Amino acid sequence: MSDTAEKRPGPHKPSGWAVPGGDPYISIQNVTKRFGEFVAVDNVSLDIYRSELFSLLGASGCGKTTLLRMLAGLEEPTEGRILLDGQDMVGVPPYERPVNMMFQSYALFPHMTVAQNVAFGLKQEGMGKGEVEERVEQMLGLVQLGRFARRKPHQLSGGQRQRVALARALAKRPKLLLLDEPLAALDKKLRESTQFELMNIQEELGVTFIVVTHDQEEAMTLSTRIAVMNEGVIQQLGTPSEVYEYPRTRYVADFIGSVNLFEGTVSGTGAEGMRITAPEAGIDIHVDAGQTDARAGQSVAVAIRPEKIAIAKQDDKPSQGENVIQGIVDEIAYQGSLSIYQVRLADGKLVRVTTPNLTRTAERPIDWEEPVWLSWGRHAGVVLTS
Amino acid sequence: MRKGLHPVTIAMLLFGFAFLYAPIVILIIFSFNEGKLVSVWSGFSPKWYGELLRDPQILSAAWMSLKIAAMNASVATVLGLFGAYALGRFGAFKGRTLFTGMMTAPLVMPDVITGLATLLLFVGLAWQRGMSTITIAHITFSMCFVAVIVRARLSSLDQSLEEAAMDLGARPAKTFLLITIPMLAPALVAAWLLAFTLSLDDLVIASFVAGPGSTTLPMVVFSKVRLGVSPEINALGTLIVLLVTLCIVVAALIFQRQEAQRLADAQMADRAD
Ligand SMILES: Nc1ncnc2c1ncn2[C@@H]1O[C@H](COP(=O)(O)OP(=O)(O)O)[C@@H](O)[C@H]1O
Ligand SMILES: [Mg+2]
Repeated sequence: MSDTAEKRPGPHKPSGWAVPGGDPYISIQNVTKRFGEFVAVDNVSLDIYRSELFSLLGASGCGKTTLLRMLAGLEEPTEGRILLDGQDMVGVPPYERPVNMMFQSYALFPHMTVAQNVAFGLKQEGMGKGEVEERVEQMLGLVQLGRFARRKPHQLSGGQRQRVALARALAKRPKLLLLDEPLAALDKKLRESTQFELMNIQEELGVTFIVVTHDQEEAMTLSTRIAVMNEGVIQQLGTPSEVYEYPRTRYVADFIGSVNLFEGTVSGTGAEGMRITAPEAGIDIHVDAGQTDARAGQSVAVAIRPEKIAIAKQDDKPSQGENVIQGIVDEIAYQGSLSIYQVRLADGKLVRVTTPNLTRTAERPIDWEEPVWLSWGRHAGVVLTS
Repeated sequence: MRKGLHPVTIAMLLFGFAFLYAPIVILIIFSFNEGKLVSVWSGFSPKWYGELLRDPQILSAAWMSLKIAAMNASVATVLGLFGAYALGRFGAFKGRTLFTGMMTAPLVMPDVITGLATLLLFVGLAWQRGMSTITIAHITFSMCFVAVIVRARLSSLDQSLEEAAMDLGARPAKTFLLITIPMLAPALVAAWLLAFTLSLDDLVIASFVAGPGSTTLPMVVFSKVRLGVSPEINALGTLIVLLVTLCIVVAALIFQRQEAQRLADAQMADRAD
């Protein structure tokens, strides 16, 4: 499961961030965690490299926190091993691991000031008083909280607490920082600006980050690579664009962004492409070759992102011969930078289409209940076999 | 809903308060009675208070009670804390439910049984009865109260605080000292005060396990009253009521100030957003 993204053939493999060479920094090998009968983490294998900003993405309850807690040493794997820098971590208590964690609840010590919170880990190391003060000042500067050093956590706002927790976790200069839903408690605007702050800090300090999140946008923005988890299993691993453009399963396609799924059967394969008979769409859908190893006759789903579908008025029929269907506009949502159309096909299936609002007013806007053409290229569809 | 109180409600309220406080008020009034008779008013005088302070038996019993109460409260708080911590933090170990049950059972155990059982133990051990046996007997039942109070606080405590401390490099013992104990401090103070008053209050268990020369205040009061209620005992009762009231008022004031501080802090945080 670990590097499916690497093995994929085909001409559309995105460029950009690639797995660096060398040994993995963290190697999670066949790790399973059971709570009684319940399997929270199911045979997960994962390699993470130095200076990565790696995201574990999945719905609530899928085992992300449990996996993170095993890395921190707060939970022991039922099976499997975890190697950190080549060293087996099984049985090493949390206070002896070069790993720090930022807790979902922040877990700031309420009876200590902000400065004492940040200094806590340094004092446990036996660092000298002067040096501690210097480091605390530096860390609070990094998260722009210098003037709040003497406040107690309950005197801070949510965003400030989140930054204290980050400063505290970073103060010991850990080699690996684990962040459990670090931005979940912040409102949208603060969350977005903090995402960039996090990325800057990560680049500045060169620490390896593993971020747990259930927010796919956050994972896309932050990460070098994403592992999508579902019910304790890693469904897909790859860069944000790989996971978005080339989802491997229906679950991933649906979880990351929004997607139109057409169920169908492969009715023809050839050098130049694959043909899928999709009754829901009412046509044969053509996709590029080389994406999957699906055989003729196999039932599959074709995933098409809403922004990859073009929408045109009735008298403006697309000239291309394939991947064109007709429908009626059911719903229009104006979202400022883009408009979302929900189009009903002949047999009732709803298709979502988004188009950017490039000009302030379209000459002939598409209206509710208007018949329209939908079309997309061969490269737009992704064939999913599971 | 109607505003104001219905006359029936007022009557019930007055009756309730009268029921609660009439005996105490009568006790206080008659502690200032000039004469020796407790039921006949013969003029105001504080002389029984002076009498009280010159009574060596009462003074030494009071001192004995305070010593036992303080020692009991301190030891019971430590032991109860350990018990609560073990039950609350060591995971679901074998027999935890049984231990939890055994921890709370003494709360409803009749004093007579506790007194008798501990007496039999001391007799069996041929332990010289006195102040130490009373203290030990008090510890055995008051530590259960401590454990229940501390456990309640512990289970409402965010365990990730302790995990965060360990994650930052603190060993378990240090985590306990630097994080768990400070977080439990209010519960520990409350538990100490409760154990203190439980011990000060106890007559039955102390009577079972006391030896010569280890008479506690409740034992003195009880034996004196059997010879007839004297205004001196009324004066003693008044002093105890005064002490308890003082404690409650001080505790309430501290609590109120904390609350005010918390509100002010919260407002400050809102402005900081
Ligand atoms: N200590 C535990 N005992 C029993 N079940 C647990 C424990 N910790 C987590 N779980 C279960 O494991 C599953 C995964 O939990 P978690 O890792 O916290 O999910 P996530 O962080 O992805 O929301 C959940 O169903 C949760 O109920
Ligand atoms: Mg979680």
